[in-house]
Amino acid sequence: MIKLIVCIKQVPMVSELPWDAHTRTLKRELAEGMMNPACSHALEAALQVKEKHGGYITVMTMGPPMAEEVLREAIALGADRGILLTDPRMAGADTFVTSYILARAIEKMCPDFDLVFCGCNTSDSETAQVGPQLSEELNIPGAAYVEKLDLTGRTLRIQRLSDNFLETIEFELPGLITLTTQHYQPRYVTLSGLQQAFEQGEVVPVCAADLGLDPEFKSTKNSPTRILDVFSAVAQNKNLVMTGAPQKVVEQLFKKFDDKIGGAIGKDLKEKT
Amino acid sequence: MMDAKRNIWVFGDYRNYFQNRVTLQLLSRAADLAPKMNASVGAVVLGDNINEYVNEYIAHGARKVYLIEHPFLARYSIETYTTLIESLARKYQPDIFLVGATSFGRELAPRLAKRLGTGLTADCIRLDINADGLLEQTAPSFGGNLLAKIVTPVSRPQMATVRPGSFQEIAHDSTRQGMVICEPMPKKLPGERMRLISYERKPLRVQRIEEARVVVCGGRGMGSKNKFKKLFELAQLLGGEVGATRPVVYSGWADPDALVGQAGKQIKPQVLFSFGISGAIQHTAGFNNAGFVIAVNKNPNATMMKIADVAIVADANQFCSALIKELKKRIRN
Repeated sequence: MIKLIVCIKQVPMVSELPWDAHTRTLKRELAEGMMNPACSHALEAALQVKEKHGGYITVMTMGPPMAEEVLREAIALGADRGILLTDPRMAGADTFVTSYILARAIEKMCPDFDLVFCGCNTSDSETAQVGPQLSEELNIPGAAYVEKLDLTGRTLRIQRLSDNFLETIEFELPGLITLTTQHYQPRYVTLSGLQQAFEQGEVVPVCAADLGLDPEFKSTKNSPTRILDVFSAVAQNKNLVMTGAPQKVVEQLFKKFDDKIGGAIGKDLKEKT
Repeated sequence: MMDAKRNIWVFGDYRNYFQNRVTLQLLSRAADLAPKMNASVGAVVLGDNINEYVNEYIAHGARKVYLIEHPFLARYSIETYTTLIESLARKYQPDIFLVGATSFGRELAPRLAKRLGTGLTADCIRLDINADGLLEQTAPSFGGNLLAKIVTPVSRPQMATVRPGSFQEIAHDSTRQGMVICEPMPKKLPGERMRLISYERKPLRVQRIEEARVVVCGGRGMGSKNKFKKLFELAQLLGGEVGATRPVVYSGWADPDALVGQAGKQIKPQVLFSFGISGAIQHTAGFNNAGFVIAVNKNPNATMMKIADVAIVADANQFCSALIKELKKRIRN
């Protein structure tokens, strides 16, 4: 039986992010969690492989305890088992350390896996780095930005758009792919399925010690990158307000900013005197 | 012997050369940063028959080009490229390694960073050297709503992928001199596990809004589809492109291609004109890196008017007409 792993992530619902108009920041702590969109597509691709070839799907996530929700949702959709990597020592991981932890968990919990699915990126940190780094950690062939896949025996054939080249690539399992949101439209969760997944679904909690990580290991310490500052992209400007008849304002605008606008378009906009 | 001087490396990503100038943009930024850390700018180029790119990189500011040429490298291959560049990086130990955030670059860089045991920041839009001499990398998250400043304090190289269009390339100057360091193709490479079955180039649009220096964005405040058309005339006068908000695209006033924002294009014009746009976050997230923003709106309290550098309280459509008239006069001058 083919063994599939889908790595998923719970992310804040961006469209619902409460926006504080005064401080111009996002109130992230108030946001609802959801399964990252590309992860939903990756799961759908795995479900279709399982439907066609049979198989066993393990969904895995790393996050705070509440991330269990997305594992239950995945089980409701057809995954067989969830693994929840949760530990204060794992919190604050960059992609280097995230891929390290995921690889150790895969080796420990599903050593005889055949194919790992990831979303090509996440809607929160948007790095698109964990998939490629995980394939390095596991030392298996890996393809990013996969749009379609086709499995024949142990041979996986994928299609993807890399820059503007449409590529078809083949490799033998085991391997790893990261999925775009192009082709595999996620199915809907039924309420009864969700209820059953919460009551009966198997979710295994795993901590750093379970994986045999070094007792000194801490994501915040072991991550090679450091975040110095996070700030709102829409910074408050000291802005200049202009009012009046359009023709007058246009003249004022050019008087003040003809260099700026002219510089951008590469033309001299100075009024002839 | 290694140079006493430090190195800033740029990956020479020449596939889609004429559409994608990101390597040249990175060489330009690397040249700005190099004096701040007594470093020299190097380009790493792999391929077959790629002399024209080598010369181009030197003409755009690379002082050294590390080159591996072999027929086997004619097509980008993630496994081989990763292995070869890893060995170059181990040999020459660059302090900083910048990679354009193309599809290939965003697959290559994480693998390299993993093998070299170092940090990588994704899709940066700003790069600076901070007071501690570290590469300060600014990258967007949450669909561009937040920006994070990230450093790699200890491990080397400090790696970043950089969004195309974040920096201006410096002018081609064929008198610039550079050293080409030819590295041999190793006799034995680990076998490729991935087989490229087919490879087909898809056409790209020539002028892209993401790279336009001037963008004229319009919202429902323009009034009607007919009035919205004025923005195309304005954009043409300015040599720019037209962008649109979601309601405008839904109403069919503009193509979906023109959508700017979370669900559409990220733009970074030097000058952005915004006509009749209220400034919903889904739209404003698309131009965090616009240089100078001029907003026109009847409502002085619209979010867009607060964000803009210049907020013009006027009917968007009337103001657009006045602006076109004045521009025609001045450009003729």
